[in-house]
Amino acid sequence: MLKILFASARQGYQTSAYPKADPPLPDRFRGLPVIDRTHCTSGCRLCIDACPAAALSGGAVLDLGRCLFCGACERVCPSGTIKFSQDYRLSTGKREHLVMGNETLALAAALDKKSRSLFGRSLKLRQVSAGGCNACEADTNVLSTVGWDLGRFGIQFVASPRHADGLLITGPVSNNMLSALKKTYDAVAWPKLVIAVGACAVSGGLYRGLPDVNNGADQVLPVDLYVPGCPPHPLTILDGLLRLLGKI
Amino acid sequence: MNTADFSFCYNGQALGLDGLPLLSPASFRMAVLRAVAEGARISALFGMPEEHPGVKAPGGAAGQGAIRLVAVLACDAEAQLAVATTLAGTSYEALTPECPQACWFEREINEQWNVLPEGHPWLKPIRFHRPYAANQPEHKPCIGVTDFFRVGGPEIHEVAVGPVHAGIIEPGHFRFQCHGEEVKHLEISLGYQHRGIEQALAGGPDTRTMHYMETLAGDTTVGHSLAYCQAMEALAGCRVSPRSLALRGIALELERAANHAGDLGALAGDVGFLPTAAYCGRIRGDFLNMTALLCGSRFGRTMIRPGGVSFDCEEQRAAELLSRLKKAARDSAGAVNLLWETPSVMARFENTGAVARGTAEDLGLVGPAARACGLVRDARYNFPSGIFRFAQIPVATEAAGDVFARAYVRWLELQRSLEFIENQIQRMPSGDSAAELKAPAADSLAVSLVEGWRGEICHVAVTDSRGRFIRYKIVDPSFHNWFGLAIAMRNQQISDFPLCNKSFNLSYCGHDL
Repeated sequence: MLKILFASARQGYQTSAYPKADPPLPDRFRGLPVIDRTHCTSGCRLCIDACPAAALSGGAVLDLGRCLFCGACERVCPSGTIKFSQDYRLSTGKREHLVMGNETLALAAALDKKSRSLFGRSLKLRQVSAGGCNACEADTNVLSTVGWDLGRFGIQFVASPRHADGLLITGPVSNNMLSALKKTYDAVAWPKLVIAVGACAVSGGLYRGLPDVNNGADQVLPVDLYVPGCPPHPLTILDGLLRLLGKI
Repeated sequence: MNTADFSFCYNGQALGLDGLPLLSPASFRMAVLRAVAEGARISALFGMPEEHPGVKAPGGAAGQGAIRLVAVLACDAEAQLAVATTLAGTSYEALTPECPQACWFEREINEQWNVLPEGHPWLKPIRFHRPYAANQPEHKPCIGVTDFFRVGGPEIHEVAVGPVHAGIIEPGHFRFQCHGEEVKHLEISLGYQHRGIEQALAGGPDTRTMHYMETLAGDTTVGHSLAYCQAMEALAGCRVSPRSLALRGIALELERAANHAGDLGALAGDVGFLPTAAYCGRIRGDFLNMTALLCGSRFGRTMIRPGGVSFDCEEQRAAELLSRLKKAARDSAGAVNLLWETPSVMARFENTGAVARGTAEDLGLVGPAARACGLVRDARYNFPSGIFRFAQIPVATEAAGDVFARAYVRWLELQRSLEFIENQIQRMPSGDSAAELKAPAADSLAVSLVEGWRGEICHVAVTDSRGRFIRYKIVDPSFHNWFGLAIAMRNQQISDFPLCNKSFNLSYCGHDL
């Protein structure tokens, strides 16, 4: 017992100060791309051809929902049109908001007043991995560790859909998970939320168009929050959840 | 082993397709069985479409769905890989009855190519997808709808778990045959995560290939990327700079450290010992953040590219990494050693889920699960490639084969990985970190092994006359080890399943591809 107490004292208090202060992100972190089309040459296809996820279209229009944040476009662009910033805030409430034209990214709005009164102080989520690679799952899981302590925001992952207020879905929705995902959704009581985490769940991501997957959660279920990234940083996921609940 | 039956190569070496011995199905079977009986292991056994004109499958016309079977055997003692091939036709005599480690491979061959391994004792779908072979009759399997092994008797009951589990974890289906609390048999049915990666890789490499590798199994991004890059470098005859090799080694060992720390914490959580569970959950994040310090991604995305690495580690960054590493080493020792000093933890770890050494050998287990049974089986030692040709990490083994042994092997490996990383940072070779890569050689086969944190990752790349992949075979360590978990559960209490499962911690998506 004494040893445990000593160990506990040595480990110290480890919970992040977020949202009061932003935790430091590594200098090489690739967050929200900043697109400045001043020098973008029409007819140049370098970024489009370099993108593994077909996230770019003519005139450097980037679909953040498909983006893997690999930085390939930034490396090949001769005019410096696309630059990945350190901004981790990426979540939107509508799929079309993730297509980055000239306007700034419309981050997710808070739920309406009634939903907030239901979920604002206690949101229980059931996580379903539907063809995910376990990276989104891992960085969602990490939110429950002492480093992030998700419970302090009233959010908790639960073991049964019957106990849940919504689903957090990862993966492109493989054919083989389609039925299990629908059944899990049906088992959650109304009203319920659906949160799509990661490029795969948002759009199919890298796996979009393969015959064994369904191109994302919103092909199957209504989605209330889109969290892009491959995988999204835990901070990006947490930011999205808190925005939805109107806590930041 | 009759050496005339095989072509031999080292890890990360390419062979010409024309030089590969093409045996008759009967002699292929004999050759593989004999080699395995003499101590070789099946690293990969797979089918691929035969493209060579003029080669006729028995009973079939040239180019019409002829399937060539390829066996890649690991001869641990000789540090050599042995490759044998045969043309299978529509059926061949199964290896599994005499060689249990072929079991899942032959189920896979049957599912992918509709080639029947005659006499296979438990032939059933493994991922529940349509066959790859173009001219095969279309059948639409339904996930999970299959025969399950049943134990008879009025007192036997069955417990079905999954595909969706309690907690943030990937999907899979488990069927327990129980007598009271005791599990007589566990059958594991996967395929829920199947995304069709191997099929998507055929015809590559292209801009997507590297990213498929990085997302095969997200927690093994570095391991699978490295295996792919080694295969590509073998096909292109590329030499990687020593600095790149060191950085790759650091990334690989950071991945191991992060996952081992996470597993030790989760094992503590599964026996209700919360201090270590809480500390290790956070320490795992510290290791992930070190990987992010190197390349911006906690999982090592974009870190490794064919020819080298995408990111260098300048002096200041190396110093920062080193100081974080030392702190994490102290923190993990403080957190993990509590486990071995706490009787209530040890009482749950010891003698739970034991796998006998002989069983581990028969099943061809790899990684910490094999080393926990006393088997010296580590690709970094047996088949050193990259940095491990110059810097050796001692192989960590334990004898008991139980949950404790699998946990303790992880702890030993975690410490040795940290020592290795520290040494590499302090002695980082100078020079470039990236190199230009030539096009892959045509009509070749390259085998690449990497010791990922779960065990041996095997990639086999086979190119056609234009240097494109006819077949890119991926064997995640989980593919060898899932059956080991089933065996570990025999005669255990069903309540010990979470603990046993976590002590293997296998990948669903790495298996399902």
